[in-house]
Amino acid sequence: MKEKVVVVGGGIAGIQAALDLGDMGFEVHLVEKTPSIGGHMAQLDKTFPTNDCSLCILSPKMIMCADHANITIHTYSEIESISGKFPKFKVKIKEKARYIDLSRCTGCGDCAVKCPVKVPSEYEEGLAKRKAIYIPFPQAVPRKVTIDAANCRMITQKKCGVCKKVCQAGAIDFDQKDKFVDIDASAIVIATGFEMMDMSQVPQFGYGVCKDVVTSLQFERILSASGPTGGHLVRPSDGTEPKNLAFIQCVGSRDAKTHVYCSSVCCMYATKESILAGEHAPNIKTTIFYMDMRAVGKNFQEFVIRAKRNYGVRYVQSRPAKVQPAKEGKGAFVSYEQKGSGGDVASEEFDMVVLCPALVPSASSAQLSQSIGLKLDPDGFLATPDFQNPVDSNMKGIIVCGFSSTPMDIPDSVTQASSAAARVADLISGGAC
Amino acid sequence: MPRIGVFICHCGHNIASTVDVEKVAEFAKTLPNVVVAAHNMYSCSEEGLGAIRKSIEENKLDRVIVAACTPRTHEPLFRRNCERAGVNKYLFEFVNIREHVSWIHAKEPEAATEKAKMLVAMGVAKAALLEPQEESESSVIPVAVIIGGGISGLAAMSALVSQGIETHLIEKEKQLGGILKDIAVIGPEMKNTKELLDKMIKEIKCSPKAHFHLSSRMTDMQGFVGNFEVTITGDDKCSEKVKAGAIIVAIGGREWTPKGEFGFGKIPGIITQLELEKRLAKGDVPDNAVFIQCVGSRIPGRDFCSRFCCNASIKNALRIIEAKPNAQVTILHRDIMSYGTTAERVYRDAAEKGVRFMRYGLDSLPKIEKHGDGLSVEVFDETLDDVIGMSVDTIVLAVPMVPIENVKDVATQLKVPVDKLGFFLEAHVKLRPIEFATEGVFICGTARWPSQVSECIAQGLGAAAKASIPIREGKVKIEPITTSCNIGKCIACGNCVAACPYQAIEIIETDGKRHAFVTEAKCKGCGNCVAACNNDAMQQKGFTTTQLSAMIDALVKNAMEASQ
Repeated sequence: MKEKVVVVGGGIAGIQAALDLGDMGFEVHLVEKTPSIGGHMAQLDKTFPTNDCSLCILSPKMIMCADHANITIHTYSEIESISGKFPKFKVKIKEKARYIDLSRCTGCGDCAVKCPVKVPSEYEEGLAKRKAIYIPFPQAVPRKVTIDAANCRMITQKKCGVCKKVCQAGAIDFDQKDKFVDIDASAIVIATGFEMMDMSQVPQFGYGVCKDVVTSLQFERILSASGPTGGHLVRPSDGTEPKNLAFIQCVGSRDAKTHVYCSSVCCMYATKESILAGEHAPNIKTTIFYMDMRAVGKNFQEFVIRAKRNYGVRYVQSRPAKVQPAKEGKGAFVSYEQKGSGGDVASEEFDMVVLCPALVPSASSAQLSQSIGLKLDPDGFLATPDFQNPVDSNMKGIIVCGFSSTPMDIPDSVTQASSAAARVADLISGGAC
Repeated sequence: MPRIGVFICHCGHNIASTVDVEKVAEFAKTLPNVVVAAHNMYSCSEEGLGAIRKSIEENKLDRVIVAACTPRTHEPLFRRNCERAGVNKYLFEFVNIREHVSWIHAKEPEAATEKAKMLVAMGVAKAALLEPQEESESSVIPVAVIIGGGISGLAAMSALVSQGIETHLIEKEKQLGGILKDIAVIGPEMKNTKELLDKMIKEIKCSPKAHFHLSSRMTDMQGFVGNFEVTITGDDKCSEKVKAGAIIVAIGGREWTPKGEFGFGKIPGIITQLELEKRLAKGDVPDNAVFIQCVGSRIPGRDFCSRFCCNASIKNALRIIEAKPNAQVTILHRDIMSYGTTAERVYRDAAEKGVRFMRYGLDSLPKIEKHGDGLSVEVFDETLDDVIGMSVDTIVLAVPMVPIENVKDVATQLKVPVDKLGFFLEAHVKLRPIEFATEGVFICGTARWPSQVSECIAQGLGAAAKASIPIREGKVKIEPITTSCNIGKCIACGNCVAACPYQAIEIIETDGKRHAFVTEAKCKGCGNCVAACNNDAMQQKGFTTTQLSAMIDALVKNAMEASQ
C-alpha cells in the first residue's frame, strides 16, 4: 500500500511538491483553500528574468497534477484538524460546500453569465467583477464553477436560483453541505505561501485615497492580456494610458514599524513590470524608487541593465516618504529625498504609482501554527530550525516549503518543493542510520 | 484515408487579438483529409481538452492538429489528451501560431492570419503522413552518482542514502566539504561549519549504501537515463566504472582571483574574502577592516551579482567586532543584498553593533594607498555627499564566485550546457531549476549559480528527490522519435557518427555491407545525423523526408492559390 502525504497549499510550491511526491510513488492529497490550484503564480502576467508567460508555463503543471494517477486535488478545502504524530497523522480535510456537483459541472459558464450578483474578483485583485457563481480564471483546475455562498441570493435570501434554471447539466445543488475527508497521512507538506500586507498599515502611500495608486499585483493584472483592461495599460481614474509611472519598493517592508524583513522578489518583479510597461507603451517614462536593488539571481543584473538601456527605466535610490493625490483625483505626487542634495525633498508628479508592498505569511500559516503547534519565526514565517534540513519544521514529519518558510522567488520555491519531497521520502524510509 | 481534426486556439487574447482564428478554422476545413476544424478559447483548459476528446470520438478522428502555442510547454499535454481519446500520441501534430505568428506579427493582423493558414496547411499535410509510434521501456540501475563532495553534494547524498539508494560520491580532493572547509562560520545564520559537516558526514557514513571516491574525478560518462556508466579515475591513475541510473552534478565554484584590483597582489594587507575566512578560522583577526563589495562583479563585462558576498562580509564584520569590540569595520557597497528574513535581521544587527555601511558608485571607486604600516582608504560617500577617509590594517575584497576552471570538460563529458559565464544551464530557469534538459542528470549548488549554504542544501535535497524518481520507479520510458539508417542508401561515410553528440551511432557490417547503426536507447532525436547525411540514408521518425516534402508542397500550393 502506498504511504499517504497531505500537501497543504496549491500554489507553485505545493504543486511541485505534489508532482514530485506523486512521481516518487506516494499517494498525495493536495489541499487548496480557493476554488482552483495555481496560487499567486496564476495571477502573474510574465515571470522574470525571461518574461515567460506565467500561466503558459504553470498551466501544464496544474493539469499534470489533475491528471496524475497518484494525486487527488481537494480545492475549496481547508485543514479542519491534524492529530497524531509522525508517521501516523490523522488529517481531517473540510471540503467546503461549493453548491456544485463537480461530477456534473462541465465548466461551460452559462450559469455565471446569467447570475445577477457581481462582486469584486479576487483573481483580478478587485479591479474587475466576478459573479456569485464563478470560475476564478479560464485555466482554473478544476475548471468547474463555485457558488460563493456569502454573496448568493438563493443561499442568503432564498430568492433567485437562476443558475439552477440555466444549468443543462443539473450540477447546481443548493442543499450541498461541507464534506469531511479523513486521511491517514505518513507526512505533511505545508506550502501555504504568502499574501499582500494590510495596506491600511501604510496610509502615507495614498493607497485607497488616490485611484491611480495600485499594488504591484493589481498592476500585474492590468498588464495581463487576460486582465481587467484586456491587456491595455491604462490607469484606473480615467482609463487613459499613463505617460509616466513610478514604482515604490519596500512599502511596509524593511521597516521597523511594519515588517523588518525583505520580501526578496519585489526588486525583480518591479523591474519586470517596468519592462512590460515599456512594451505596452513605448514612450512611457518609468521610475523605480528603491533602497537596494537586490538583483541576486541568475541573469537578474542583466535584466536590470536591460530595463535601463532598452526601456529607459530610471532607478532612483531613495525611499519616498509619502504619496499624495494630484489634481482632479488623477495621478499622484511622490515626495522623496534627493541624493546628494543635502536633504532636499522633491515632489514629483506621476500619472500612476505602483506600490510594492511587504509580502506576508498567509493567514493559514498562523492558523496551522496555533492549532498544531508549529513554531513561527520572529517575522511570522513557519520556522525551520534544523539548518541541515532547511525544509523541516519543528515537528517531525511536517515539512515546510516555498514562501511560507521565508520570502523566495519561483525557482527557489520549486527547488524547496523538491527538497520537501526528498525529506518526506527520507523520513518515511527511516533515514541513513 | 486519414481523418484529421484541426483545433485552433485563441489563447485568450494572445492569438485571437491578432490572428482571425475563425477564418483559419474555416480555411482548415477546406484542406485535404480534414474532417473537422474548430476554435477554442483555451485549448489547454480542461474544457478545451474535453472538447477535443469529444470531437475525436464523434468524428472518428485518427489525426489531431492543435494550432496554438509552443510544443515546448504544451505538446505533452495534448499528446496525453489524444491518448486518453484512443489516438496514438504520435499522430498528434502541433502548429505554433503564437510564438511564430501572433506575437511576432502583432502589428500585421491580416498577414498574420495568412501565415497561420499556411502553417496549418503544412501541419495538415504532415499529419496525413504521420505514423503511430510505440514507446519502449528501459530498466533503471538503482544507483546514483554524485559529482562533488561539497555541501550540495553531501546534502544530496544524505537524502539518497536515507532512502536506501546506493550512492557513489566523487570528490577531487582527499577531504569532503568543498569550499566550506575553509569557512568556520556559515552566514547569515551564524552556524558552526565543522559541527554541520561532521554531523552530515557521520550520518551518511553510517549507511552501507554510501560509497566515497576521494582524490578522484569523473573521466568519462556514457549511456542514458537509467543506464549510465561513469568512469572514475583516482589521482593514482586507477580507474573504475560505476553503472548508475541517475547523476547529480555538484561540482561547486571557486573564488574569482582579483587581477590587481585596488592594488591586490601589490599592496600587503589587501586580501580576498576567502583569505579572511582562513585567517578568522585561525583566530587571526584584523584590528580594523574595510570590506569592498562587488570587486570583479556587477561591472561592465562581468555584470552578474554573486548573491552571497554581502551576507559573507556582514557575517565577517560581526565576527571581527565580536572578537575585537573596538575594531572599526566599514563595508563599502553598491547595494546590500541581504534579501529575505534572517539576512536582513543580521544586516540591521551589524549596523546597530557599529559596522559602518557606505555606498560607493562605479564612477567613484574607493582609493587605496599604503600608509605607514597600514592602509588608507578614501571614498566618496553618496549619502553624505562628501569624501571620507579612513586608516585600516586590512582591506577585504568581496570577489564573486565563478565556475571551476575545468567546468567545460565536465560539461562535455556529461553532454550538458553551460551559460556564457560557465555556470551550468538548467532545463528551465523558472520551473526546472535543478534539472538538465538531458534526462537523468541533475544540478545543484554553486555550479549552477552562487548560493547561500542553506540554499545549496535545499538544492542538494531537491536534486536527490529528482534523481530518486526513476530509481524508485525502476523503469523509464524511451522516446521513440529516433533516427534509423536506410542500409540500401548508406555508404558508411561516417558523417553521422561524427555529428551525433550522444555517441549513439556506429558503423557496423551486415552481410558484407558496411553501414551506420543507431542504438535507439541512446538516440535523443536531435536530428543532427539526418542533417549531416549526404545520401538521404538517415531518417528521423516524425520528421521523414516524405513528411517534410509534403509540408513544403502544401506551403507552395496554398501560397500560390492565395496570391492569385
